Amino acid sequence: MATASAEIKVTAEIAAEHGLSAPEYARVQQILGRDPNITELGIFSVMWSEHCSYKSSKVHLKRLPVSGKLVVQGPGENAGVVDIGDGLVAAFKIESHNHPSFVEPFQGATTGVGGILRDIFTMGARPIAILDSLRFGPITADASAPSVSAETISKNRRILDGVIRGVAGYGNSFGVPTIGGEVCFEPCYSQNPLVNALALGIAKKEDLFFAKARGTGNPVIYVGAKTGRDGIHGASLLASAEFTEESKQKRPNVQVGDPFVEKLLLEACLEAMNTGAVVAIQDMGAAGLTCSTTEMASRGGTGIEIDLARVPQRETGMTPYEIMLSESQERMLLVAEKGRQQEVLKVFNKWGLDAVVVGEVADGGLLRVKDHGRIVAEIPAHPLAEEGPVYQRPMAAPARRSESAKDWFTFSPEKKNLTENCRRLLASPAISSKRWITEQYDTMVRTNTLVVPGAGDAAVVRIKGTKRALALSTDGNGRWSQLNPRLGAMHAVAEAARNVACSGAKPIAATNCLNFGSPEKPDVMWQFSEAIDGITAASNALETPITGGNVSFYNETLGRSIFPTPVIGILGVLEDAARVVKLAFRNAGDIILLLDGLDAAGAGAATTKPACEFSSSEYSKSIAGIVAGQPPAIDLAAEKRLQQCLVALAVAAQIQSAHDISDGGLAVTVAESCFATVDLGAQVITDDVAPAESAVFGERGARAVVSVSPSSLAAVQESARQHGVTATHIGQVTGNAIFSIQYHGSVIIEESVAALRDIWSHSLERALKQ
Amino acid sequence: MKFGVVVFPGSNCDHDAFYATSDVLHQPVEFIWHQSENLANCDAVILPGGFAHGDYLRTGAIARFSPVMKSVEKFAKSGGLVLGICNGFQILLEAGLLPGAVMRNVGLRYICRHVHIRVENTATSFTQAAKPGQILKIPIAHNDGNYTCDPATLADLKKNQQIVFRYTTPDGKDDAAGNPNGSMENIAGICNRDRNVAGLMPHPERAVESVLDSADGLVIFRSMVEALVTSAKATA
Repeated sequence: MATASAEIKVTAEIAAEHGLSAPEYARVQQILGRDPNITELGIFSVMWSEHCSYKSSKVHLKRLPVSGKLVVQGPGENAGVVDIGDGLVAAFKIESHNHPSFVEPFQGATTGVGGILRDIFTMGARPIAILDSLRFGPITADASAPSVSAETISKNRRILDGVIRGVAGYGNSFGVPTIGGEVCFEPCYSQNPLVNALALGIAKKEDLFFAKARGTGNPVIYVGAKTGRDGIHGASLLASAEFTEESKQKRPNVQVGDPFVEKLLLEACLEAMNTGAVVAIQDMGAAGLTCSTTEMASRGGTGIEIDLARVPQRETGMTPYEIMLSESQERMLLVAEKGRQQEVLKVFNKWGLDAVVVGEVADGGLLRVKDHGRIVAEIPAHPLAEEGPVYQRPMAAPARRSESAKDWFTFSPEKKNLTENCRRLLASPAISSKRWITEQYDTMVRTNTLVVPGAGDAAVVRIKGTKRALALSTDGNGRWSQLNPRLGAMHAVAEAARNVACSGAKPIAATNCLNFGSPEKPDVMWQFSEAIDGITAASNALETPITGGNVSFYNETLGRSIFPTPVIGILGVLEDAARVVKLAFRNAGDIILLLDGLDAAGAGAATTKPACEFSSSEYSKSIAGIVAGQPPAIDLAAEKRLQQCLVALAVAAQIQSAHDISDGGLAVTVAESCFATVDLGAQVITDDVAPAESAVFGERGARAVVSVSPSSLAAVQESARQHGVTATHIGQVTGNAIFSIQYHGSVIIEESVAALRDIWSHSLERALKQ
Repeated sequence: MKFGVVVFPGSNCDHDAFYATSDVLHQPVEFIWHQSENLANCDAVILPGGFAHGDYLRTGAIARFSPVMKSVEKFAKSGGLVLGICNGFQILLEAGLLPGAVMRNVGLRYICRHVHIRVENTATSFTQAAKPGQILKIPIAHNDGNYTCDPATLADLKKNQQIVFRYTTPDGKDDAAGNPNGSMENIAGICNRDRNVAGLMPHPERAVESVLDSADGLVIFRSMVEALVTSAKATA
């Protein structure tokens, strides 16, 4: 083993600076049978970082349900893959880019989108949709954020603007529609925004590609952008440690995205795969060349040998350490069939991209890195990839804050007119229309988008050449997960699946992005474990196995963790795209039904403590500034019944619209179905036994509002009965464009739809332009 | 009769233009790579939307130097039909095949949504199937669509009826409220003096089926097909 001369001698202190603990460093020495040199130390430090190794989460992730009859590829590859019929598969995955997006919002967001797109087309699937689940600190000073300073609010607006421009800039140029996601606000995200990007692609089942190197002597080809010093240690330093005042100095660690090169890379990769000369392919994301070489060798049970002198570089004088750890974007590593590399190189040349043979697949299972022929690193690939540290971190439930009724929301007197509160709720950033944001996204490119953002509960794209369409929704509720991580996680799965079902699609699989604080804190690990149990229970009950995703720990700044925020993306299939259901009411005179997975007795039993549950609602937060109590109780069997009923109603073309009840409750659900029309209104009459505010703004799940033409009413009621779903006639769609809700004989909300729509449509933009 | 869709590196509406002409209009169509020296005997050429060469410089500024543009220019000069959509329109402006330029949208943001445009001139090969004054609901998706030109050029455009499409309100009013990007005189699309080269910022290829929320863009492609059929008959 030759070591480079004039190199830093690695010591335990240097290893510690690289984030390797003493036992981890000892393990490195044991694997190598000697001390590592500095390049090797760098390689171990990124591979064994929290971000790449999942060392704190692995023991818990094992509990997730990952298999199902439609799952073609579960966690462990670049993306999860499911069978969607007609010989086609869908590859999809969600990933976080939280830390970079705080340090540099625009570039952080662009590279988040770029990274997840590469994960998809690396599998041989052409990306067809992007969704972004975004969380920021408050952008307005209101009851929900009384203690947030004006400076923080203005900073949050700048972060939001940068992230939105980044997401839009990358997807728009790349040419994939950004068709959905979420935008949420809580004070805990002020110093640590969450940027979770999901991408979906489709491929023929037989055309899938995997990242398994094989065939001794097969050439290893580097393609795409040149390697620079950007993003060195992005994964290990930025994503695997909490933020401090010095984090701004980490700006050079944030990578820079180039959507144009990514677009070329997409077209060139798909064309190269088509030649039949490509054996394996992996993108260079976190930990760049290190991760791609190591993982491809480890998965294939082979070795890989490369020479860094051949790697295209955009800066001079880069050391082997820097080249191996660079996280420059828009790069891929592929293995070609020996003797056919010219076919591959020709394709990349056509697209104007660098493509260079940098090495070959070798026997012996070693990752051997040379620089001008001189060995600079030599590590057994499998132990490096698979035998990293695994921790069973200490867990402890945080001390429960003792709560009593006086901490909870106090319901208004029964007959109080709630119209003004309804207006305020519609104006809150959480509830108000996100159109100002989503209009900055190209939502229509590729001409497949059947449901644009805001038009339905899930984003829906058709698959040309088939009758089918795919529906996608991402959901998560940090506030609920903070109050009860297990229940919060269950709600995230249930709501995402419910949204998909409201569009008429059958939920079939899930992907998850788990955003948490420091795993070194026992209470955070407890939250994580609870959330995993919640996701497991809900995914089992709703038959949506987890096919992949990522874990983002260390989301904390100055010692304060974010709310635990599991975000779930659910994919559903519509057998007949023509049966897609949107949320807009269609005709005056249609009947409004409330579908509930529970019957009256079940509903009564589910809400034994209305004030406690209501204190976790958006209304309680926005109107009273109270965030307390517990998330609504959940009945997964009821969720399943409701979802099956919604899909059956869509298939039978028996409903005109569907919209689930979530943030803001029944009132917001019905109001939004009015807003999406030109001139329709709604008259709702409820005799709910719950207090008025709970009845109208409560957020208990397993419910949806559908509108049906009078001629279909009997059929819908019968179908609901067969599915064990309660269908309550609560009102009708009107032609007078008035929105009204009557509760036990008193009108408690009444306003013109136009006035409410104006508040709902423009509040976000007005807030940002203040 | 054959359509050609030019593919620049960074074009991203090339597949959509191809699909609209082949699968919806059932016309023969072929992709033409930007380095191609000829137009593969196409009878009409579409420059599609996207971000040709990344558009990190002025939109279309690099694409106009792609080898294929020499052939497009020659084709246009000889009377061939050329339609530039969004980025394709920007490229035609940079190439000098259409007069004027586009600037950043007035709000300095990318906008993607349905807008309404009015057909101002039906005596072109791109609008002959439309009714005079017909209002079309078609999406836009751009950052730089704010059309401008000098007063003399504007006077020329008007005199020769080269303003083909104007943004309007849904009910056809000339009002700033209908103009998404601040373009001069609400201009959404223009043609050259000979009426065989046209460009517009909205995306007609995204409005060719009612499931996509509008099929109003079809009239533009149908006009082109009609014009080609007529000219084929004339030469036959």
